Amino acid sequence: MTVPAIDMNGVWFSYDRTPILEDVTLTLKQGDFLGIIGPNGGGKTTLLKLLLGVLKPDRGTIKILGEAPHDANHRVGYVPQNTDLNITFPISVMEVALMGRLSRSRIGKRYSRNDRTKVEESLKKTGIWNHRHSPIGRLSGGQRQRVFIARALATDPEILLLDEPTASVDPEFEMDLFDFLRELNKKVTIVAITHDVGVISRNVKSVACVNKSLIYHEEGQITAEMIDMAYQCPVDLIAHGIPHRVLPTHREK
Amino acid sequence: MWEALQFDFMRNALLAGVLVSISCGIIGSLVVVNRIVFISGGIAHAAFGGIGLAFFLGFSPSLGAALFAVGVSIIMGAVSFKSKHRADTIIGVLWAIGMALGIILIDLTPGYHVDLMSYLFGSILTVPGSDIWIIIVLNIGILLTVLIFYKEFIAMSYDEEFAFIVGIPVKPLYFVLLGMTALAVVMTIQVVGLILIIALLTIPPYIAEKYTKSLGGMMTLSSILGIFFTLGGLWLSYSYDLTSGATIILVAGVGFFIFQAVGLLKGRGGITR
Repeated sequence: MTVPAIDMNGVWFSYDRTPILEDVTLTLKQGDFLGIIGPNGGGKTTLLKLLLGVLKPDRGTIKILGEAPHDANHRVGYVPQNTDLNITFPISVMEVALMGRLSRSRIGKRYSRNDRTKVEESLKKTGIWNHRHSPIGRLSGGQRQRVFIARALATDPEILLLDEPTASVDPEFEMDLFDFLRELNKKVTIVAITHDVGVISRNVKSVACVNKSLIYHEEGQITAEMIDMAYQCPVDLIAHGIPHRVLPTHREK
Repeated sequence: MWEALQFDFMRNALLAGVLVSISCGIIGSLVVVNRIVFISGGIAHAAFGGIGLAFFLGFSPSLGAALFAVGVSIIMGAVSFKSKHRADTIIGVLWAIGMALGIILIDLTPGYHVDLMSYLFGSILTVPGSDIWIIIVLNIGILLTVLIFYKEFIAMSYDEEFAFIVGIPVKPLYFVLLGMTALAVVMTIQVVGLILIIALLTIPPYIAEKYTKSLGGMMTLSSILGIFFTLGGLWLSYSYDLTSGATIILVAGVGFFIFQAVGLLKGRGGITR
């Protein structure tokens, strides 16, 4: 059997004694596409940051592809939620995307031709290559999102973590993005936080709801249990009028 | 002005002005984009404690300032990592303590009346030739460090979290930046004095940021602007017999308002941008 992409075991985390995550256990096989839902402040972003090694768990273990999170950093791509940080920073789209090619082993060296080719590929994939010379601050939110996704892809990741990739973009781009992610998922394990349950039902293979604790459903169904835990979920369900069934049948009488 | 160039002290002053402007352009750009203006102000003022100590114990004031500046920058860096929420308070406290300590130590130095003004407001006309060599070495050191770690500095400054995730040692790099800031501050004390350093570190980069597309461009334009402000101020202070440090800063200040006004007229945004 192959190593799981993500293996969390009894993970606890708190900020200044305020518990954020309690006893989270999750095993995600490679090639999966996990959608994470849950209320604001429920610990979704914290969960991603634990997976990235930015935060350390108080208790429990986390393995990414069999390695400690921060050792696996070159195998993981990350798209943060907030893409409008440092908007006045004098930096071009190309330079932002090139950051994906940084690594500990090549500190102090110039970017290579290979780095630039990789970045060109990923900027073309996300359809933002034509803007490569623009200052990052001149782009729209959706365009910036594409740059940040390209940056994550330039890492050549085996796992891609996305924190609300559709938070500030138009619905059209949202559709594009998930088509794109589904295609990408043929090679790459994907974990995406999203508010939009409709998106989940159409695209993901498995789903987890995080609100201090975590409930995982391998089939990509949103269970009654999840909705009880995070009652924000059904609001989205109703509001979007999703074409597919996301509630499991046994819930209906 | 030209006849003034016959004098050694004037040639030294020009050279020091140019060199310090280059360092301030490079380091100031990093200071501005990393939002550590307050820390660099703190380093500059706390360095005065080192100047006082140097007089008290009888060694070179520049060395004293350098030791204190580097020491304080390490403490401030550690504090800003450890207790983020109160970092600015602690920096303010060290800022004041450093200055007070310097003045008390000079009081306690027997039979010696130091010209405090030259440290507080600079004395570019009294830069000795030996100091020029030290400034050259420090300049080269700063330039090389920034060149070698250029892409890492960009990553840390633009998106610290991502830089950490891809494996850049963000913490050590941050301390390197603070250390370089401390050295730039020590050089600049000679030129504009420790009270006014903050202007030379921030005004040129602030203007340059709006007209450049890369951090390297920002550093280059900042350095050029800094040279214009410094030499312009020096010329005015020589012509009208004004305090050189303050004149340099006022020239920079006028530049700041002119570019601000131009920016507003062109719709490139004002202070809020």
